[in-house]
Amino acid sequence: MSLVFLIFLPILAACLVPLLFKKIGRIHTGWFVLIVPLVLFVYYATLLPITMDGGTRVSEFQWIPSLGLSFVAYLDGLSLLFSLLITGIGSLVVLYSVFYLDKNREQLHNFYVYLLMFMTAMLGIVQSDHMISLYLFWELTSISSFLLIGYWYTRDRSRFGALKSMMITVFGGLMMLGGFVLLSIMGNTYSIRELVSQAPELVNHEFFTWALVLILLGAFTKSAQFPFYIWLPDAMEAPTPVSAYLHSATMVKAGLYLVARFTPIFAASGTWIWLVTGVGLFTMFWGSFFALKQKDLKAILAFSTVSQLGLIMSLLGASALGFHVEDAAGTVFKYAAFAAIFHLVNHAVFKGSLFMVAGIVDHETGTRDIRKLGGLMSIMPISFTLAMIGSFSMAGIPLFGGFLSKEMFLTAMLAIAEFNLFSMDVWGVLFPVLAWIGSVFTFVYSFYFVFHTFAGKHKPEELPKHAHEAPIGMLVSPAILAALVIIIFFIPNLVGDWIVKPAVLAIQPFMYSSPDEVDIHVSAWHGANTEFFMTLGIFAVGALLFWSFRKWKRAYEVFPDTVSLNRLYDTFTYLSDGGANRFSAVYMTGFIRSYLVYMFGFLVLIVLSTLVLTEAFVLDLTNSAPVGIYGIVIIAALVGGTTTILFAKSRLTSIIALGAVGYSVALFFVMFRAPDLALTQLVIETISVALFLLAFYHLPKVSKKEERMGFKLGNAAIALGVGVTMTLVALASHSQKVLPSISEYYKETVYSEAGGGNIVNVILVDYRGFDTLFEITVLGIAGIAIITMIKLRLSKKEEQHENK
Amino acid sequence: MKTNDVMLQTATKVVTFIILMFAIHIFFAGHYTPGGGFVGGLLTASAIVLLMLAYDIETVKKIIPFNYVMMTAIGLLLALGTASASIFFNVPFFTHAYDYFDLPLWGETSLHSAALFDLGVYLVVVGVTMTIIQTIGEDE
Repeated sequence: MSLVFLIFLPILAACLVPLLFKKIGRIHTGWFVLIVPLVLFVYYATLLPITMDGGTRVSEFQWIPSLGLSFVAYLDGLSLLFSLLITGIGSLVVLYSVFYLDKNREQLHNFYVYLLMFMTAMLGIVQSDHMISLYLFWELTSISSFLLIGYWYTRDRSRFGALKSMMITVFGGLMMLGGFVLLSIMGNTYSIRELVSQAPELVNHEFFTWALVLILLGAFTKSAQFPFYIWLPDAMEAPTPVSAYLHSATMVKAGLYLVARFTPIFAASGTWIWLVTGVGLFTMFWGSFFALKQKDLKAILAFSTVSQLGLIMSLLGASALGFHVEDAAGTVFKYAAFAAIFHLVNHAVFKGSLFMVAGIVDHETGTRDIRKLGGLMSIMPISFTLAMIGSFSMAGIPLFGGFLSKEMFLTAMLAIAEFNLFSMDVWGVLFPVLAWIGSVFTFVYSFYFVFHTFAGKHKPEELPKHAHEAPIGMLVSPAILAALVIIIFFIPNLVGDWIVKPAVLAIQPFMYSSPDEVDIHVSAWHGANTEFFMTLGIFAVGALLFWSFRKWKRAYEVFPDTVSLNRLYDTFTYLSDGGANRFSAVYMTGFIRSYLVYMFGFLVLIVLSTLVLTEAFVLDLTNSAPVGIYGIVIIAALVGGTTTILFAKSRLTSIIALGAVGYSVALFFVMFRAPDLALTQLVIETISVALFLLAFYHLPKVSKKEERMGFKLGNAAIALGVGVTMTLVALASHSQKVLPSISEYYKETVYSEAGGGNIVNVILVDYRGFDTLFEITVLGIAGIAIITMIKLRLSKKEEQHENK
Repeated sequence: MKTNDVMLQTATKVVTFIILMFAIHIFFAGHYTPGGGFVGGLLTASAIVLLMLAYDIETVKKIIPFNYVMMTAIGLLLALGTASASIFFNVPFFTHAYDYFDLPLWGETSLHSAALFDLGVYLVVVGVTMTIIQTIGEDE
C-alpha cells in the first residue's frame, strides 16, 4: 500500500493548496508545496540501496478487481531513477517558483494544484506496472501539462500552445493505448513485468509489429521526436518553472522512459532498433540545426531539448542491439544503455539550470529576445557563471558532466556503424555522421545561447527593465544544479554505481543478473581513439561556425516559413475547424424540433430495421393480463390529453394537457404495481408543471403562423413510426421468454447482499451505484448549464460577434 | 404573483410541513419500501416550489437562504466520498457496508453506508431542481 499511496500523495496535497492560498496569503504558497517533493525525494533516496543490489519493491492496490485493474507500484532501478528526478528537480523547481511567481499577482493556487497533479501523474507513469494505469497517468500528464501551458490563459499564444501540445500528445497516447491492448492480447496480461518475461514468445505474434509502432508513436509524441516535436517550442508559453520542469526534466522524458521500459520486449525486432535509433538521431540533428534559427532564449532551449531527447532516444535504440549479440559482456552496446541513462541524468541537471537562468534573464530584463540581449556578463555575473556551466556541459566540454556522456554517445554510434545485422553495415555509416553533425550544432547553439546573451555589447535602451542580478533565492536552485554538473564530472562512477547501473539492469535484464555485473568504468580520458578525434573535430568546426555565425546565419532564411511542419499543423487545424463549422451549421439549426426529428428518425431507423432484419419480432399474448375498465379509462385520458396538446390554441392549455398526460401515465404505474415509478412520476409532473407556469410569462404567444402550420407529412411519418416501433418492441420483449427475468436475481440477493428490501432503491444506490453517481453528475452539469444560459447571457455586442 | 392569495398561503403553511415530513420519511424508508433519495429530493423541492407559488421567490429566499449550487456540489462530493471511502478499507470502489446496531429509542436499526450516498443524491436533486426553478423564475 505505502508505495502506491506515495504516488497519490502530491495530488492529495493539492486539495489543500487552494485553502492555503486563500487563508494564509502572507506566506508564499510554494513554501508549503515544497514539503511534498522534498519528503518524497528523501524517501526515495533511502530506497537506493535496494536497487543497487538489484532488488525491487512492489506494492499493489486493487482498483477494479473484477476487471483485473489495479495500481501496482513497481520500483526497480529505472523507476527509482525517474522518481528521484521527478521529486528532486521538482523540489528545486518549486523553490525557484517561490521567487519567480509573485504571490500577489499570480493565481498561485491554480499553478500549484496543476503542478502537484502533474507530479502524481509522472510518478504514476514511471512506477506503474499495470499498462492501463500507466495509460491513465500518461494522459494525466497531458492534461496537467495543458493546464500549465495555458496557465496565463488570457494570452492567445498560451491557449494555442496548450491546445497544440494536448492534441499531439493525446493523439500519441491513444495510439499507445492501442499498442497496450494488442500487447495484452498477445501476452494475456497487462503487467509489464510478466510481458518482459514472455518476451521471446511474443516476437512471432502477428500483432507484434503493430504494437511496436503504436507504442513508439506514444513515446515519440511525448518525447517530442521528429516530426511531432512541433508542440514543444509552443509549450514555452508556460511560466518558466513549468518549462524547466515539464519540458526538459520530466514530462518529455516520459517517452524515453517508455522506450527504455519496453526495450526488453521489443529489442528482438530490427524495426524497433531502426525506428528508435533513426528517429532519435534525425531528431537530434534537426533540433540542433534549428535551435540556431531561434530568437527567443526559451525557444533555443526548447529546440535543444528536442535535440538532446533525440540523442538519448538513439542511444536507447542502440542499447537494444545488445540483445542480438552472443557475447554480451564483450560488446559495446551495454555502453549505449549506460550512456543513455547517464546522459538523461546529465541533461535533466544542466537543462534544468539553463531554463532557470533563461527565466532569470527574462525576469530581470523583461525580454527573452536574444537580439536585444547582450553584455549582461558584468551585470549578472552569477547568472552568467551558471549559464556557462550548463551550456558547456551541453556542448560536451571537459570538466562538465555532459562531456562524459557525449563521448559514450559517439562510441555507441561508431559501434552501430560496424554492426552487421539488419543491414546496419550499409546504412549504419549515416549514424556516426549524423551524430557528429548534430554534435557540432549542439556546440554552436550552446555557445550562441550563453555568449549572445551575456557577452557582447550591452543595449540597455532595448530592454523593458533596468537589468540587475537576480535575488539570491532565485539563484539557489540553478546553482545547486550547476554544482551537480561539475560534481558529476568528478565522481561519475559513484553516480554510475548508485543510479545508472541499476537502471541499466532494467533496460537489459537478460544480460545481467545484478547491477554489479555492468562492468563499465567512466573515465574522462579514454585514449586517443576515433571518438577522441571526433570530439576534437566538433570543437574545432563548432568554434569556427560560432565565430562566423553572423556571416552564414542568412542561410536559415533559405528555409521558407510557409513550408514547415508547423504550417502543416496550422493549416490542418484551420481547415478542420472550418470544415466542422460548416458541417455543423448545416444540421445544427437551433430549433429543437429539428433535433427531435433526428433523434426519433434514427431511433425508428435503427430499432425497426433491426427488428425486421433479424426477424426478432415475436408475438405471444397467452400471458397478457386482461384489459380492465380502469385501463380503458386511463388510455382514453391519455389519448385525449395528447390530442388536446396538438390542437391547443394557447400555451396554458397545452401545459395543463401535458400535465394530464403525465398524471395518467403515473396512474398506469399505480395500476401495474410500480409504486416507486408512480411516486417519482407524480412528483416530477407536479414540479415540471410548476416550472412551466413559472416560465410561462417569458414564453412567446403561440403565433398565428404556427397555428396554421398544418399537417406535415414527414413529422407525421416519424410520429407514427415511433409509435409503431415502441409498440412492437414492447410486444416483442413481453413475448420473449428465452432468458429468465433479471428481477429474480435481485429478489434473491437484495437482502443477503445489500441488506435492503426495496429492489429499485438498492439497485440505484448499490448494484448500479456508478450509474447513479454519473446521473447526478449529469444533473449537476445540467443545472450549471441552465445558470450559464440564463444568468450569464452575452452582452449585445458579444452576441453580434458570436453570430458573425 | 403579487396578489394576496390568503387561501393558498394559509394552506401552504400547513401543507409544506406535511410534504417535508413525508419527504424525510420517504428518504429513510427508501431502502425497504418505495422511496429513496431521488424521490425524497423531488418532494422536498416540490414543497419549496409550493412556497414559491404561494409567496414569491424573494420571500422564500429569505426564509430558506440556501445556496443551491453549493448544495449540489456538497451532494456530489458526499456521493463521491462515500463511494471512494472504500479505498481506505482496501476494498473495491463503491463497496457499501452495513450492519445492525442497537440504538437507544430506535431499537435494533440497520445502518447502511448507502444512506450517505443516497443523501448525496437527495442533496443534488434538491439543489439542481431548485437552481433551475430559481434561475428561470427570477429571470426577467
